[in-house]
Formats: sequence, C-alpha cells, structure tokens
Amino acid sequence: MAVVSPPEQASTLAPASRSRGVPAVLAVLAPVVAAGVAYSVHAFVPDKQEILLTWLTKLPDWQHPFVVLVAGVGAASILAALLQSVWQPSRSWVRHYAPLMAGALFVLTFWDVITAKKDWLEQPYFPGPDEVFASLLEDRRILLDSAWHSLILLLSGYLAGVLMGVTTGVLIGWFPRVRYWGMPVLKIVGPIPATALIPLMMMISRHTYPCAVALIGFTVWFPVTMLTSSGIANVRLSYLDVARTLGAGRLYLIFRVAIPSALPNIFIGLFMGLGASFLTLIAAETLGVPSGLGSYLLWRKGAMEYAKVYADLIVMALFFSTLMTILFKLRDHVLKWQKGVIRW
Amino acid sequence: MVIANLAIEASALAIRKVGKTFRAADGSSVCALADVSLSVDAGELVSLIGPSGCGKTTLLRLIAGLDEPTSGEVRIGAQLIDGPGAERGLMFQDPNLFPWLTVRHNVQAGLVARGVLRRHHHEVEEFMRLVGIEAFANVYPHELSGGMAQRAALARALVNHPRVLLLDEPLGALDQFTRMRMQDEVLRVWEARGTTMVLVTHDIDEAIYMSDRIVIMTPRPGRIESIIDVSFPRPRPRNSPEFLKLRAAILEMLHFTGNGQSR
Repeated sequence: MAVVSPPEQASTLAPASRSRGVPAVLAVLAPVVAAGVAYSVHAFVPDKQEILLTWLTKLPDWQHPFVVLVAGVGAASILAALLQSVWQPSRSWVRHYAPLMAGALFVLTFWDVITAKKDWLEQPYFPGPDEVFASLLEDRRILLDSAWHSLILLLSGYLAGVLMGVTTGVLIGWFPRVRYWGMPVLKIVGPIPATALIPLMMMISRHTYPCAVALIGFTVWFPVTMLTSSGIANVRLSYLDVARTLGAGRLYLIFRVAIPSALPNIFIGLFMGLGASFLTLIAAETLGVPSGLGSYLLWRKGAMEYAKVYADLIVMALFFSTLMTILFKLRDHVLKWQKGVIRW
Repeated sequence: MVIANLAIEASALAIRKVGKTFRAADGSSVCALADVSLSVDAGELVSLIGPSGCGKTTLLRLIAGLDEPTSGEVRIGAQLIDGPGAERGLMFQDPNLFPWLTVRHNVQAGLVARGVLRRHHHEVEEFMRLVGIEAFANVYPHELSGGMAQRAALARALVNHPRVLLLDEPLGALDQFTRMRMQDEVLRVWEARGTTMVLVTHDIDEAIYMSDRIVIMTPRPGRIESIIDVSFPRPRPRNSPEFLKLRAAILEMLHFTGNGQSR
C-alpha cells in the first residue's frame, strides 16, 4: 500500500531523494514525457500489423482507444505535476506514483512497437494495444457480466470453503481425538489438486454450478484447515492458563483465546486459499458454467479473437488483484493489534 | 477433629502434605515437591523464595489448580481445590496480556469469562485507576512498556476479586528501578484491597521488603527449609540494620555466606 508520509516529513525528505539521483522535477514530469513518446510512436510510425476489428479501422485517429488513453494519462500527469507544486499534501503521493506511471507508459509503447508497428510477433496471437483496448471497450458489457458471474461463483465457493476450513481446523486443532482421526485424512485428501476431481464431479452430478462451487470450496478448505489447526494447536499455553485462572470455560478458551491467537495463521490460510481459488475458478468454468471470465476466455480463444483474450486477461488481473487487496485490507483491520505485518 | 477443622477454616489457604512428582516420557520421574505443608492467613502476604528447582513455581501452580498434586491437598478456606478458579488470581513473570485485546478488554477479561461484565462493568475503570493505567485503556499490549504491561496484568488479576492472588515472579523481568516502584505499587494494592497474596521470587530483598512471612525452600526434592516472620513495620528501608541482618540470615540459610564456598 502507498506509504503517504505527512507533508512536513516529505519536505525534509525531498533534499535526500534529490541527492540520491532523480530530481523531483524529473520524476514528476516523467509520465508527461513518456505519454508524449507513446503518442509520437503511435501516430508517426506507420502500422505494419493488420487490425482485425473493422469498426476500429474506420475510426478517425484521435478517437482510437490507445490514443485517448495515452492522452488521458498525459493530461492527468500534467495536472498532477501542477497539483503537487501548489498543494503540499499531494506531493509525496504524486512523486511516488509518477515514475511508476511513466514505466507503465513505457511498457505500453514497447508493446505497441513490437506488435502493431513492427509486427515482429506471430499473428494473430499478439495483437497491438490499440486493438486490445478496443476489444475491451467493445465487449465491456459481456466482460462486466462475466466478471459478475465469476465473482458470485468464486465467493460462494470461497466462503463455503473458509467456513468449512475454519470449523474443521478448530476441531482438529483443539480436540486431540479429532486430531488423531482428522489429521491423516487431511494430509492425504487435502493435497489432491481440485482440478483433478473434475471428472469425478461430473460423474456425481449433472448440475455444473454446484460442482464448481464444491471444487472451489475444496481448494480453499485444505490450506485454511491446515493453517487454522496449527494455529489453534500452538496457542501459547500461558494464555490458556491465564484465562482459566480468570474463570474461563471451554467456550471462552476456544472462541476468545484460541481462535483470536490463531488469527494470524488463519489469515495465511485465507491468502493461500484465495490464490488457489482463482486457479480452480478458471478451471471450474470449463466445466460448462455458462458465464464467467474463464468461459469467456475459452470462447474467444475458440474464435481466434486474441485481442479479446487479452482484454479478458486485463479484466482478470484487475479482478483478482482487487480481491487480494480487499483481503489484505480486511487482514490489516482485523489484525491491527499485531505489530510488524506483511504489506501487499 | 473439630479443632483441626477450625484451624483450616481460619486460614485463607491451607497446603497439607503436598507432593508433586513429574513423570518424564522415558519413564523416569522427578520429585518436584515433597511433603510441603503451609497455611496462609487471610490478608497475609507470604513470599516463597529459593534457588531454581526448589518447586516454588510448581507449588504456585498447584494452588492455582493448573496442576494436580500427586499427594496431599490444597484448600481455599474449607474448599478443596480441583482445578483453576476465579477466586485465585494468577500473575506471571511475563504479563501474558492477550495481544488481540486492548488494555481495557484485557482487564475486563475475567468478567467476560464469568459472564458478569454487565453487573461489574464500573469496576473495570476502578481497577485501571488503582494500578495507574487508565490513560492506556485503549492501547494494545505491544505498545506498552514492561512496567505498564505488568500493571495491566495486575488489574486483570484483581478484577475478579480473588481471595488469593498468586504472583509468580511478577517483577522478575523488569529493570531494577521499575521493579522497586512496582513493589510499592503491589504493596499499595495489597493494603487497599486486603487480598491474600503468595509471591514467588528469587530476589531476597524483594521478599524482605514486601512479605509478612518468608518461606525458604530448597531443591531436590523441593521442600520448605524454614519460615521466617518479618516483624518490623513497613515501609522498610532497604539499608536499615534489621533489613540487612535478615538478609544475611536468609543468605546463610540458603548456604550463600559469601565465603566463596556456596553450595
């Protein structure tokens, strides 16, 4: 997350960062320059690659999505550069992000050059950025709808898996007898890749949706159970001793001592589960779930519309990283009592 | 028979012929306590002192009910102890504050555990003020200094109004100055609340400074060597003649005479 230092700190840091090499002015103006370069390359280097979207070829140059995007970022960068010179609170934020923005524009330009401009890569697998952004625009409704359906499927599976995982994890971690019987099952069944269960799932039920939910749930269940049970089993005994001398019963010991103290572990399980669930989500959508980011991907690939495949990948990247960020925010809120946490 | 029972009820805490043997995984056993008897009067402050391995912490855990004696019995008033209970508070060397709770929620943990928070809610503030941590009520434990954390632990142990407060080297991890200040704090709380206290320490000065009686224990197996009444009044200047005399006597009892031949 962005570390926004308070203004007085920023002003004392400014000379230090200047002496380290990049003057603040250069850093702030970098995205403006980069946008200029990106635009010049796009406008003045002739296209070599054939654009497959016919409506895009009919648009006037200045209305092309790539041009609009680059111009927009360039204008925003100029505004940000002006803003940070008059409004101190924005200064450290702008200076932090400006080089990153320039870098992103550089990557875009590079992509434009090796595809649309020079056509160095094999067609139709590597469309240029203009075409990809145009596809993103063209299919925005379908993509949003797909993302929505993927979200519902993912959350159903994820929440079911987390609920199951925390429950079994607490039982295995707390009760030695459950641990004796449960641990071997967990160790043997848990590591099976959920995708390997797809054929079995299709045999058991004809309804694809509940199968997909179950697969994602299974994916999440294993790491969450594992980490929860180890967190519960490793509660500092002195916390339990203290609680017992305070008159705590078993419910207090489990829910107000063992589970809170296992929370850092449980969150590691939640992160591992979330990462794994993305994989299973996309695989599960191949089961025949009618709408979703994974099904869209298959559909467009089948039609050899690679620009739309890339558009889908962009949406997926935003989609998954947003979910990760939300989980990190939740973790930061729930574990605010912990010192020294890992940042995202 | 009747007389014996009366004697038991008069004392707040009665330990009778208690032994504790720990069995190791390889089948061997270690006798941590052998035939220990002690009775503590209501409102008394008794110190257990002795070298490590003398069983003082084991004895404290038996009183707390966290371990069971191999032989003998421990009673609070007339009641036989068969597990931990809120009428016996316990404070460790490590404050053991729950890191996920603020100071206030730590202090009221005992009330929540017993389901009486609503009825005794007002006392939480009172206890925080008693130990001087009311300014830190909404702070998480990792932000506290060692002394402040131990104050919070003291308030948490007191909130259930324990009949006996068990202190297992509670000041052992503090620096010398904080430690001396906390000794006065604990004494102040003891005088204000009249709680019976059993203090485990390996600091002779601390034992003399604070206790009504000092129980000297020796190791292998852990047993009571002797019990000393500290009769001179508090506050006890740490360099007064009677203080130093008692200190020398205890050192002698523990075979540390300063002639380079301690055993």
